[in-house]
Amino acid sequence: MNASAPDAASTDAPARGADRAIRIKGLVKKYADVMAVAGLDLEVHRGECFGLLGPNGAGKTTTVEIMEGLTAPTSGEVEVLGKRWDQHADELRARIGVTLQETKLFEKLTVEETLRLFRSFYDPARALDVEAVLRDMQLTEKRGAWVQRLSGGQRQRLAVALGVMGDPDVLFLDEPTTGLDPQSRRALWDTISALRARGKTVVLTTHYMDEAERLCDRVAIVDHGKLIAIGTPSELIDGIGGHHLIELETDRPLAPEDVADVAGVRSARRAGDGLALSITEPHVALPALFARLGARATRPTRLVSRVATLDDVFLSLTGRTLRED
Amino acid sequence: MARIREFARERGAVFWTFGFPLLITVALGIAFRNPGPPRLAVAVVDGPRAAEVQRALEADPGLEVTVLPAAQAAARLRAVAAVLVVETGAGAGDKVIYRFDPSRPEALGARRAVDDRLQRAAGRADVVPTTDATAVAQGGRYIDWLVPGLLGMQLLSGALWGNAWNIVTARQRRLLKRLAATPMRRAHYLMSFRLAGLLFVPLQVLVLFVFARLTFGVHVHGSPVAVLALSIFGSWSFAGLGLLCAARAQNSETANGLINLVTLPMYMLCGVFFSSSRFPAAVQPVIRLLPLGAFNEAMRHVVNDGASICAQGFPLAVLLAWAVVSSTVALRLFRWT
Repeated sequence: MNASAPDAASTDAPARGADRAIRIKGLVKKYADVMAVAGLDLEVHRGECFGLLGPNGAGKTTTVEIMEGLTAPTSGEVEVLGKRWDQHADELRARIGVTLQETKLFEKLTVEETLRLFRSFYDPARALDVEAVLRDMQLTEKRGAWVQRLSGGQRQRLAVALGVMGDPDVLFLDEPTTGLDPQSRRALWDTISALRARGKTVVLTTHYMDEAERLCDRVAIVDHGKLIAIGTPSELIDGIGGHHLIELETDRPLAPEDVADVAGVRSARRAGDGLALSITEPHVALPALFARLGARATRPTRLVSRVATLDDVFLSLTGRTLRED
Repeated sequence: MARIREFARERGAVFWTFGFPLLITVALGIAFRNPGPPRLAVAVVDGPRAAEVQRALEADPGLEVTVLPAAQAAARLRAVAAVLVVETGAGAGDKVIYRFDPSRPEALGARRAVDDRLQRAAGRADVVPTTDATAVAQGGRYIDWLVPGLLGMQLLSGALWGNAWNIVTARQRRLLKRLAATPMRRAHYLMSFRLAGLLFVPLQVLVLFVFARLTFGVHVHGSPVAVLALSIFGSWSFAGLGLLCAARAQNSETANGLINLVTLPMYMLCGVFFSSSRFPAAVQPVIRLLPLGAFNEAMRHVVNDGASICAQGFPLAVLLAWAVVSSTVALRLFRWT
């Protein structure tokens, strides 16, 4: 009887392993003079869209390329789909899809030829149908065009198309929308959402907070090669004390302490020439704030109330904005 | 593997592959063509007897005689526009002075011919009757010798640029990295360049030899099949060097430098434009061990001497060794990122 009743720990572990797409532990990557990744622990669940958010140079690309098996880590453990790159490289390559940051493809092959070439690298029984991929990626019209004649958005869609060609279990997208116009970005977002809806695990890096908020189930914020926060976008935003934010500038300068105790204000800090206040309920906080300003005979010169974003999360954690480039 | 031949779709390189070697052949063929017996330029210093001497010398069809003031004649000699300057005295019996550079073989010939004419004009009689019977040896002209060397050069540069350049630009464009992230067989990718390159070899060989035949009457004395087989084998061996150049280079500038570093010394040493026998004896074994040296040696034997390819064991072994060693080292060093 005891023998047939497996203990909790042993059933739990494989179950957790099964819905875990990627596990990273103590990951370090050191280049000659730069510490690109400085000890990173992450888990990506199966079927989720996971975002690595951080400014340029945070180590996002290095981390993703280590997950893709393109870069060897200096130390640490990396497990993708329960396998390790040093043991199952061939199998893993067949089960992941990759879109690198800015790949230039074969300029003189057509879109269709490029897709067929990449399809030929995969198991023909598993790989997707070229026609279907062309349709899903809205490339059917451009099938006969040389790659060098494509626009930025079309190239990027082709790059994603090549990533999904082998019907991967995990798809990696490194800054998929960087450099694209708003319309192409939105089209690509739809594509990525559709992949996620089909149950694919997607790992994407970005330095656009709106992209991460819109696409990702969970987001890891990295800075200087370290994880500084992880969670769903709304958890992360809750973490800074409120979903709303008031940016306030006044004719006579105020210190954060002057307003921190106002009803509905969770926290206050300096931001630019004025203050940024985290707010839980704007309808409570705003009248109270005006009352406080009146009591101090101070008038607002600028007042903005808005929904907090992941950019605010990054700002409150590091004191810098995501795009200080 | 067949699909990977799509990599071979390279345009614009056609001129460098086919046109350029033909242009070299034409240029050198014209510069070194044999326009009958060469005429030697002789300058006669202006003086009382200059016209008389000129008449005597012009009887010789091999001499091209000009009468010039002393200073101009000397200048021509220095500029190698004249091989010999003849300075005569005022009277018939005065001493004649020949000025020339004895290190130039044609100057000695000119001196003898001029002296002969002048002595005869002065009344010397030949005592032994002679007559000339001339013949040009088949395959012995410069152009005959040049064409196999040009083929070697063309195949070497084609193999190096075709392999190294494409691989390094693919690495620079991160295409190599992208491909490395797929389950593509990596060896197949590298082999595809070699195969694609080899596909063009028969066409290159054919174009060059047909052109050389039509324009300069260059004949292939050995078996055409042997020429083709040797070209393909040589090209395959050179491709290993191309892979080696491409193994690590991160950008096309580095690749460019590496390719030149490999090819230029070989063009000089391995007897493309002039015979490598001009180098000291100590260097000769080294030249025979260089891939282009081995290739040219074997190719000239086949094309010019009509030798069998089976008799070229040593150069073939050298090419094989280079192919194996360069490919092995290249694969060890090769980087996909």
